[in-house]
Amino acid sequence: MKHKLATAYLILVFIILYAPIIFLIAYSFSQGETMTNYHGFTWRHYQTLFSDARMLAIVANTLLIALLSSLIATLIGTLGALSITRTTKRVTRESLLTLNNVLMVSPDVIIGASFLIFFTMLKIPLGFGTVLMSHIAFEIPIVVLMVLPRLREMSRSLLDAAQDLGATTRQLLTQVIIPFISPGIFAGFFMALTYSLDDFAVTFFVTGNGFSTLSVEIYSRARQGINLEINALSGVMFLFSLLLVAGYYWIQQASQKRRHRKREVAS
Amino acid sequence: MKRLVSLIVSLLAVCGLLAYTGHQLQASSGSTGSKVLNLYNWGDYIDPHLLTKFQKETGYHVNVETFDSNEAMYTKINQGGTHYDLAVPSEYMVAKMKRAHLLQPLDKSRLTGLQNYDSQFLNQTFDRGNRYSLPYFWGTLGIIYNDKFIKPGSIRHWNDLWSTKYRDRIMLIDSARDIMGMALASQGKSMNTTDPTTLRAAEQKLNRLAPNVKATVADEIKMYMTQNEAPLAVDWSGEAAEMLANNDHLHYVVPSEGSNLWIDNLVIPKTAQHTNAIYAFLNFMSRPDNAAQNAEYVGYATPNRTAKALLPKATREDQQFYPDATTLRHLEVYRDLSPTKVQLYNDLYLEFKMHH
Amino acid sequence: MTKRRTWVYFIPYGLWLALFVIAPVALIIYQSFFDLGQHFTLTNYNTYFRSATYLKMTLNSVWYAFLITLFTGLISYPTAYFIHQLKHRQFWLLLVILPTWINILLKAYAFIGIFSQAGLANQFLTFIGIGPQQILFTNASFIFVATYIQIPFMILPIYNALDDLNPAFVNASKDLGASTWQTFRHVIFPLTLPGVKAGVQAVFIPSLSLFMLTRLIGGNKVITLGTAIEEHFLTTMNWGMGSTIGVVLIVAMIVVMLLTGDQKTKGGTPR
Repeated sequence: MKHKLATAYLILVFIILYAPIIFLIAYSFSQGETMTNYHGFTWRHYQTLFSDARMLAIVANTLLIALLSSLIATLIGTLGALSITRTTKRVTRESLLTLNNVLMVSPDVIIGASFLIFFTMLKIPLGFGTVLMSHIAFEIPIVVLMVLPRLREMSRSLLDAAQDLGATTRQLLTQVIIPFISPGIFAGFFMALTYSLDDFAVTFFVTGNGFSTLSVEIYSRARQGINLEINALSGVMFLFSLLLVAGYYWIQQASQKRRHRKREVAS
Repeated sequence: MKRLVSLIVSLLAVCGLLAYTGHQLQASSGSTGSKVLNLYNWGDYIDPHLLTKFQKETGYHVNVETFDSNEAMYTKINQGGTHYDLAVPSEYMVAKMKRAHLLQPLDKSRLTGLQNYDSQFLNQTFDRGNRYSLPYFWGTLGIIYNDKFIKPGSIRHWNDLWSTKYRDRIMLIDSARDIMGMALASQGKSMNTTDPTTLRAAEQKLNRLAPNVKATVADEIKMYMTQNEAPLAVDWSGEAAEMLANNDHLHYVVPSEGSNLWIDNLVIPKTAQHTNAIYAFLNFMSRPDNAAQNAEYVGYATPNRTAKALLPKATREDQQFYPDATTLRHLEVYRDLSPTKVQLYNDLYLEFKMHH
Repeated sequence: MTKRRTWVYFIPYGLWLALFVIAPVALIIYQSFFDLGQHFTLTNYNTYFRSATYLKMTLNSVWYAFLITLFTGLISYPTAYFIHQLKHRQFWLLLVILPTWINILLKAYAFIGIFSQAGLANQFLTFIGIGPQQILFTNASFIFVATYIQIPFMILPIYNALDDLNPAFVNASKDLGASTWQTFRHVIFPLTLPGVKAGVQAVFIPSLSLFMLTRLIGGNKVITLGTAIEEHFLTTMNWGMGSTIGVVLIVAMIVVMLLTGDQKTKGGTPR
């Protein structure tokens, strides 16, 4: 009985989570021009999309920025989280955490405008580099926030034991700490991806010289009405990430099983 | 740990692949060569086929970057770090950019299509003698109504909106200047007034409209109106054109007692680099066939008189978007007000928004 | 670990703090002292703290951020808990994150379609006999969509905290005769509190400066500080006033941090 309730609850949550996405994808097949009335089935918007080289280049840019910035932000953020937990004074730790969260509370326009002033003051040409740097910058806090609780859970005795066994700093980090906090690291990476893909205001201010991302393109199309080519694009991206996630999970499961079997043989 | 490292390596490989694809795509659309023109425009505000045609005729590839508000565009051009050859500000923004010395004057000797433009849209207060700008599209501020709920003809004037019949039925465009301007026009005042007492009176009048206001929204107003979410809306003609195209029950009215006339213009920012391409493009866009094609794609009213003549009869005689001479005479172009006055408009408007 | 070696790891993070946090914050604070005429002044702070409009906006922001965080937490905790009990839990967790990769503006437009007068939600209400309702532009729809956007940010840290939980504690509690509810209340929930706190920070702090949804879904019936900042930066170009509100938000964030900070970890929770 309880099990059934839990399942029903989860089904409801997932229906709500996916309702708007299904709505978007359904309209990508509509013969109309906007998301208002359904006019019957067509592939037309997908054809437009795949013949629109500018749009496809923007998609490639967007994904490149998202993946690369999330990767770097995860690296820096994890190191930052490690440093924060290692501080002994509470005041230092609290101040570091406060500074960490500043970019999360500041609205995007403020961050974007400040970064723009910052980059132009340093005479850095606007474009791919500045967008990448800005994305790394606003993704770091969420990574830190996701990694920290995991680090706090790690017991002191585990580290001490490892050290007593003669582990070097490097070994300690790569063989004890990182494996233990890796769920936090993954969570941080995924949230960083989300931040990057969703950002409009910061990217808008710091981009230039022909470089554009999907969010900027979508927002600036709002005045003319967002056409269904964008829906088609969302459909493609959604399907693609679904396949990616399923593939990743499948590979992971397979390798885990293999490892499991090996261990069984060894014992 | 090994898994983590291999994951990082594969992600980097994907990044490399993406960088390569992106580069190839950009190269295939020709945007990396030296014969380019950097256009800074509103999103989807030019027919992409015209860009291909332009490249075929002249060899210049047009890189389009987009913005979503005049002020955001101003900030970007003002801060530098970019090299836009042409930008598309609205009229008050042209004046502001001019004052901030962000624009290059037009070299009239290199322009070939000037005579095509309707004099109505030239020599305006924001740029006397069109020293810096060429009109691109124009439009008005007005009322959209849905004939499913509102009897045609019952909405002609701003004051009709204040009727108690329309409780919780009106959608407003979220713009301080336009909504305050509407209240001013309804009282027979200039939409450019800077007199605090007049403005306060306008805000008082707006507060009386508050019970009728269903929501104050921006671009999404199009989607709402098309879906019959509200029977009435105050919005610009460009947005109205989009709505009307998607819902036959909608109609657009420009109150004859006065409203706003807005003009989006092509200007050359100070940092522009490709002079030849710029004039080739300006002349290309001034040509009647191209301007007409663009107007049909975008759906806004063209200031190009010869191009207008090429439009289908139903379009060019549509009173909703090409209003008659009497209405036109009562339209007012926004002046660029001083920052403190802009602040005053916005503060009063914010108070009105907090009121409902 | 010796101190000598570990500070090297701090360098990239420290550099980030200096360049992308401390420098912009200094800039924001500096700008907040300038009025429209570029004079150095305290006017902005004066305006802020004396104007009923801004104080009301601040209250609105805090109140709605609180509501959004509360609902997000109420929905996310059971979700994370149930997902954690599933067989392919990591896969389901990834499916929770997936919708966040679709552009937020598009999702908002989709919600407009779903909640409109003739939308799916109202068709459903008609079907079950309630009849069509005005859903859009109500506080409820605004909070619903905001909560929708924030849920993954709450589920993830809670899920990770549940994953950390040593099953021995749960078993011990059950062996000692505690009911499922007692085990949850006295063992599971306190032990997953760090995850909840991380989730609250990840949701509450950004919610304070929400602006787009208040307009798109809320129809500007609720005005928050995010709306005001947006206006000052993008309409009136009064960056001084906008920065002042930014400073207020940072201070509000510090208060939240102190309230959810880890002063309790010294004792309290069973280890």
